[in-house]
Amino acid sequence: MLDTGPVPSAPSLDPLAPVTLVVGPEELLASRAIAATVAGIRLADPGTQVHRLRATGLEVGAISALAAPSLFGGHVAIVVEEVGEAAAGIVDELRGLIAQPADEVHLVLVHSGGARGRPLLDAARASGAPEVPCPAVKSDRDKIAFVEAEFRRAHRSVTPGAARALVDALGANVRELAAACSQLVADCEGRVDDTAVERYHRGRVEASGFDVADAALTGQAERALLLLRHALAVGVAPVLVTSALASGLRTLAKVGSARGGTKSVDLARELALPPFLVDKARRQLPGWTPGGIAAAITVVATADAEVKGAGAGGDPAYALERTVLAVASARSTSPPR
Amino acid sequence: MSVWDDLVGQDEVVAVLREAARAAHAGATAGMTNAWLITGPPGSGRSTAAVAFAAALLCEDLVDPGCGRCEACRSVRAGSSPDVTVVSPAGAYYRVEPMRELVARAAWAPSGGRWQVIVCEDTDRMRGPDLRWAAANVLLKAVEEPTARTVWVLCAPSTSSEDVLPTIRSRCRHVGLRTPSTSAVAELLVRRDGVDPSMATFAARASQGHIGRARRLATDEQARIRRRDVLALPTSIAGVGEAILAAESLVSAAKVEATELSEVRDAAETLALRQAFGMEERRRAPTGAAGALRDLEAEQKRRGTRVQRDALDLALLDLLGFYRDVLVVALGADVELVNAELADAVRRLARTSTPESVLGRVDAVGACRAAIASNVAPLLAVEAMVLALRTG
Repeated sequence: MLDTGPVPSAPSLDPLAPVTLVVGPEELLASRAIAATVAGIRLADPGTQVHRLRATGLEVGAISALAAPSLFGGHVAIVVEEVGEAAAGIVDELRGLIAQPADEVHLVLVHSGGARGRPLLDAARASGAPEVPCPAVKSDRDKIAFVEAEFRRAHRSVTPGAARALVDALGANVRELAAACSQLVADCEGRVDDTAVERYHRGRVEASGFDVADAALTGQAERALLLLRHALAVGVAPVLVTSALASGLRTLAKVGSARGGTKSVDLARELALPPFLVDKARRQLPGWTPGGIAAAITVVATADAEVKGAGAGGDPAYALERTVLAVASARSTSPPR
Repeated sequence: MSVWDDLVGQDEVVAVLREAARAAHAGATAGMTNAWLITGPPGSGRSTAAVAFAAALLCEDLVDPGCGRCEACRSVRAGSSPDVTVVSPAGAYYRVEPMRELVARAAWAPSGGRWQVIVCEDTDRMRGPDLRWAAANVLLKAVEEPTARTVWVLCAPSTSSEDVLPTIRSRCRHVGLRTPSTSAVAELLVRRDGVDPSMATFAARASQGHIGRARRLATDEQARIRRRDVLALPTSIAGVGEAILAAESLVSAAKVEATELSEVRDAAETLALRQAFGMEERRRAPTGAAGALRDLEAEQKRRGTRVQRDALDLALLDLLGFYRDVLVVALGADVELVNAELADAVRRLARTSTPESVLGRVDAVGACRAAIASNVAPLLAVEAMVLALRTG
């Protein structure tokens, strides 16, 4: 499903420019920008022909053929996606079209960011083409800002708590986040608050293998099981859970055997680990004995074999549950050594 | 120097293959077969035997084939004969597609010589990760009814149904290599590679009859250093943190070894492909070149994984050899030690442990090998093993 929002917000750019650039990794923003540009051209000429192409696997000459003047006149919009992946011949062709724009032909070049195909973008920029940036929405802060912008777009407001709760529940996917926002806009009246978000999205938690491992390594068996179930339900691969557990335990073992007084930064350098991991391991260490860590690693190694199909007919989810419980209990009950 | 000389300590097998090559040259129907299965432990010279046999079949000396001097013998041994194809799995397993191509090639007539010989190494790798013999089944018909002038030589560790598809085995004539004796391997190293006799004896003993490994140990100091580090594990690891660090260095040593083994070959392949596309002369890549290079890279990566696993497995075998020695001493058996140069460490460990605990550690190494074979992350498997070696 492709939810591009209720009304494409009219960009401040001139949709009738001969070339428009849509640059950035965030697909949702890119598809909105494309829709807005095409809508702008249609506004000027309802009979506009719209062509959508992918630059990969395109034959040289195909774009020029579409851009050739038609007997009946009228505007033509050509959306070319993945121009970063275009073969050399296609790039040359696009460069030609940028250098000699045809009347009533509008090229929309979509590039997913990164260094590939840079020269083409630079050429387009030099010709004065307007550009719509589509930056990645990655950190939680970006996502909260995104949610707030979504509500602003619909001329509604949202409480900070509600935005936070939405990101917690659906943060893994920007499209889902956008869909949930428009759903909330349609279903609620007035300012959207925590209760509204809770009504529709309660109990859903995005969990990764690392979240499961962190809970297990701090001995919170119940929370670890809960997160494991969530993680599996949202499609985290079982091997990611075992590898997160393994790397967590590995760090614990390394940091645990170091002398107590060493500064985190120095220890991090000595062990070739990022300092924040060393700090995390130091917080997790109380309650662990070397024997306990050893026992837990052995259990995880067995589980890794099980989730990869050893022990025919095994159930990965069950193997993981047992492992998480065993790891959590290895922490508290491990014999001193 | 005859083609049979590289095959040390295998007189029976040499006699059989020689007789078959003679029969083939005399045009006799008895004594020659079109499908062969050569088995033997790793490093005993299965591929060497297969190539020697191929050379003998193409040899120009009709009375005692396998002279090693004629054009045919030399080109087969150099790997440049158009009538001899040696295939090994590209990745961890044989895949079906290349096998189909091979079967099609088997229907060709020999281009120059009297025979076309196709050598398949490691038939145990014809079993895929799903435990089905997809690649082997492609071969079945071609091996069962080979074209008159095509000879199949399959190489496997043993004739067990783990190592070769039973229906293929039953269609082949079988010859079995044995583990060559220490003195035979040492003698070969001295004669062929000019290794110093005492070094040759050490390498032959340490590699337990694996000729290729012995040669590497005898000629490559880095390999000796890596082996020494591995064998220090059983006596040096006490703490959990130490064990984890030791596991890491064991795995990364295997990685280094694998890189050394593959990098030259990978670079040569990449260069050849670039030349084929004319990319070395012109700067711009023609259509299709990028895709072909990507495919090659993916293939090299798959092979790299296999080489790395094999390197790690060799290290684990060294460890097994060490515990075998400990067990030998603990039980007071009167046999030669594999690690004679580490006799002190072996005796110390034997004094402080019971045969049961040594067997437990042997099991831990075996479990690690099995885990890696079934795709467990190598580092994790090795960590679990080193921890078990420590606690026992």
